[in-house]
Amino acid sequence: MRTSMTRRTFLKGSLAAAGLTIGVSVTPFGHRLLNASEIDSFSPNAFFKITPDNKIAIFVANSEMGQGVLTAHSMIIADELEADWKQVQVCQAPARDEYKSPLLGAQVTGGSTSVRGFYEPLRKAGAAGRIMLIKAAASTWNAPEDECKAFMCKVKHEKSGRTLTYGQLCLEAARVQVPKDPPLKDESEFRYIGKPMPRVDAPEKVSGKAVYGLDVTLKDLHYAVIARPPAYGAKPVSYDQKAAEQIKGVEKVVQIPQGIAVCAKSIEAALKGKEALKANWDRGILPDMDNNSIEKSLMEDLDKPMVSVVNTGDAKKAISEANKKIEATYFLPYVAHATMEPMNCTADVRDDRCDVWAPIQAQTGAQNVASKVSGLPKEKVNVYTTFLGCGLGRRLRPDFVAEAVMISKALGKPVKVMWTREEDIKYDAFRPSASHRIEAGLDAQGQLIGWSHKVVSPSILKDINPAAIKDGIDFNCLWGLADAPNSPMWNNRLQYEIPNLYIEFLISPLPMPVGYWRSVGNGPNAFVIESFVDELAHAAGKDPLEFRLQSLKNNMRASRVLETVAEKAGWGKAIPKGEGRGIAQHACFGSYVAQVAEISVNKKDGTIKVHRVVVAVDCGPVVNPDPLVAQIEGGVIISLGTALKEEVKFANGGVKSANFDDYKVIRMSEVPEIQVHIVKSNEKIGGIGEVGVPPAAPAVANAFFNATGVRIRRIPLNPKTVMDALKKV
Amino acid sequence: MISLKVNGKNYKVDVSDDMPLLWVIRDYLKLTGTKFGCGIGECGACTVHIDGKAERSCGISAKEAQGRKITTIEGLPENHPVKKAWIKEQVVQCGYCQPGVIMQVAALLSQRPVLNADQIITKMDDVICRCGTYPRIKKGIKTAIQMTEKEVKKS
Repeated sequence: MRTSMTRRTFLKGSLAAAGLTIGVSVTPFGHRLLNASEIDSFSPNAFFKITPDNKIAIFVANSEMGQGVLTAHSMIIADELEADWKQVQVCQAPARDEYKSPLLGAQVTGGSTSVRGFYEPLRKAGAAGRIMLIKAAASTWNAPEDECKAFMCKVKHEKSGRTLTYGQLCLEAARVQVPKDPPLKDESEFRYIGKPMPRVDAPEKVSGKAVYGLDVTLKDLHYAVIARPPAYGAKPVSYDQKAAEQIKGVEKVVQIPQGIAVCAKSIEAALKGKEALKANWDRGILPDMDNNSIEKSLMEDLDKPMVSVVNTGDAKKAISEANKKIEATYFLPYVAHATMEPMNCTADVRDDRCDVWAPIQAQTGAQNVASKVSGLPKEKVNVYTTFLGCGLGRRLRPDFVAEAVMISKALGKPVKVMWTREEDIKYDAFRPSASHRIEAGLDAQGQLIGWSHKVVSPSILKDINPAAIKDGIDFNCLWGLADAPNSPMWNNRLQYEIPNLYIEFLISPLPMPVGYWRSVGNGPNAFVIESFVDELAHAAGKDPLEFRLQSLKNNMRASRVLETVAEKAGWGKAIPKGEGRGIAQHACFGSYVAQVAEISVNKKDGTIKVHRVVVAVDCGPVVNPDPLVAQIEGGVIISLGTALKEEVKFANGGVKSANFDDYKVIRMSEVPEIQVHIVKSNEKIGGIGEVGVPPAAPAVANAFFNATGVRIRRIPLNPKTVMDALKKV
Repeated sequence: MISLKVNGKNYKVDVSDDMPLLWVIRDYLKLTGTKFGCGIGECGACTVHIDGKAERSCGISAKEAQGRKITTIEGLPENHPVKKAWIKEQVVQCGYCQPGVIMQVAALLSQRPVLNADQIITKMDDVICRCGTYPRIKKGIKTAIQMTEKEVKKS
């Protein structure tokens, strides 16, 4: 179904282009995914084209990083277009303005926006095509349009029984004016949307033929690896360039701002050259920084003056006058992305053009940075998106693109920059560490009447989009608690109905780069919010489910996912001794999710075994249910990693963690049974890629409390943390 | 010169003796289905079969691989039960780790005496999938076993 990347042939022109000339345009280089210059005649509708061979090529703007967007976008178009799925070929679109996300204003895959952002536009594009094809058929037959019906890549004249295929009609249809607001199908008429369609990318991924960034090959391709500073801000003191250049295959050593790049004819030679450099570095800007100093800094900053983010009612007064006052401090560590495909990029900078092949989530960002570094105007920069060996938000940051362009320019040859796993972890832009202090008040009936919340976190936007930090507030760090007015992220806010709410924020000055990590602020903040709500329920002497529902009275969607998950998980039923059950809910990216986790705790060694996680999700209309469930499963699993294991270690002013032997992630035997229940919903479509993440970690922490009576206010709940907490009691 | 037998084909490549087999396969034989993940044998993305056993190609040198029967994901037949089961159960997400996972499962499936699904699953802790396809991998293993049993019955 997906066209081969190596033998992609397509006809020029589109059904929507007026006065179009049809010509065969074969991609000149086997490896090129799609040449941006070849689709000039493509507008005004850049999402698909129908060719006389009755094939439909669908161009997907978003990066395929496992979430199934190639399939989902194609289903949406094919459905409204009344296309025969067998005739559909799916292509990854190049970087172009036409492919900008309607929600984000740039071509970018993030914020769980791929389907929710393009759902309406793609439906309209498909419907427009269907109507133009019907009009073309009606005019060919000189028949009224309402006697003609589109069905599976054909238009049929019902009275006479005549049919024409889309291929036969496409040239005529191209002359029809594009309807501005074509009528959409009724949900009951959906052919593909809502049905489990097999992923179009599965066959090539299973065969080993799928091309990821690291698999890009070019004639005369050179490889570069970079020796990087071991501590933040460290500068090279000395390095042995000659020794590196003497390694067979090494062509050039180039010093760049990021470190010392060794370019060679093979990756192996480049790696050996990097070893031979024996680079020495100074101690950097904070030579004594380690995990202890980081935690101390974040905790101490909780006492500093902050900026007000949300201030409704009078939280201070309400809490001071409350029947019961509860206070707690929480801490979260830095977490790495560690995508299975390490960062990499291939660039070919010439005098008059710059071609970039990368597993990237941010095409617009990549194009901008490549333009800036190469010195070429944006129109001369072509960005081709390969498959992504997982994204997790890391590939929104095009730092690796800048390096490849820089080195290719210096070498005058096409260059593939590859980060080793050690570089990928050490030079990651982490999920930020954060500290939280919350006070809350309950009235005599155990109702939540006041909540005052302080957050300290390094800023995510600081490097990426500093202009978006207004009055010291970085909403990316606050998602789940608070969001900017009119944010396209929809409802990344605290869901509980609290009459007196005060949220304050302070940007931590810690130097390590931080960035978007699956669910962004929602994940860490949900751990804090949902753990603390559990503390409140306990203080109020109420069942954690009941306590949540009483503060979500007017929140139908949040209540419904909680009630659904409680019913499916058998909430309230007895569980075996030594086991614990915890619940949590979170709304973000336009969707609502609740989870119940069942765990047992080994009190001798501090290990936690998660037995089952039950999930209820309301994301509005469902496009492809099976990958949707897979996204939730994956979200739960990576969240369990953050709950139980993941934590970046620092020492001597730099990152100590280096590889999967000391940065531990979830593995097969730790994966629980996961049951996902989709709540049928006619609400506005929400995101799915990230929304499985936030509730899982607090559900586990709450289950731990349920099992042991001990509250742990930090993650990960690794054996040491668990044993320390159990010993304290 | 190193001589290698990969997927039934003989290759002669001019590489240093200590070059990890992974880079020979990927950059010289252009069989890029075998992936680089960690370089220290922790993640399993580079798993290939050497003389029928699942091995990490990042941890074995070109010289050590000489004269041995090497199979990569490209050499595993498209109708192999594991590949078929992976499609049937829609296991993949990003797919990057899957060639290694598939090769590991395929090797375990051919082990004698025959391993059951639970036994195979317990031997999967040394491969990492960051997307979290583990529940699907488990399903895939069970389906691949059923498919293998059916084939055995037929023949």
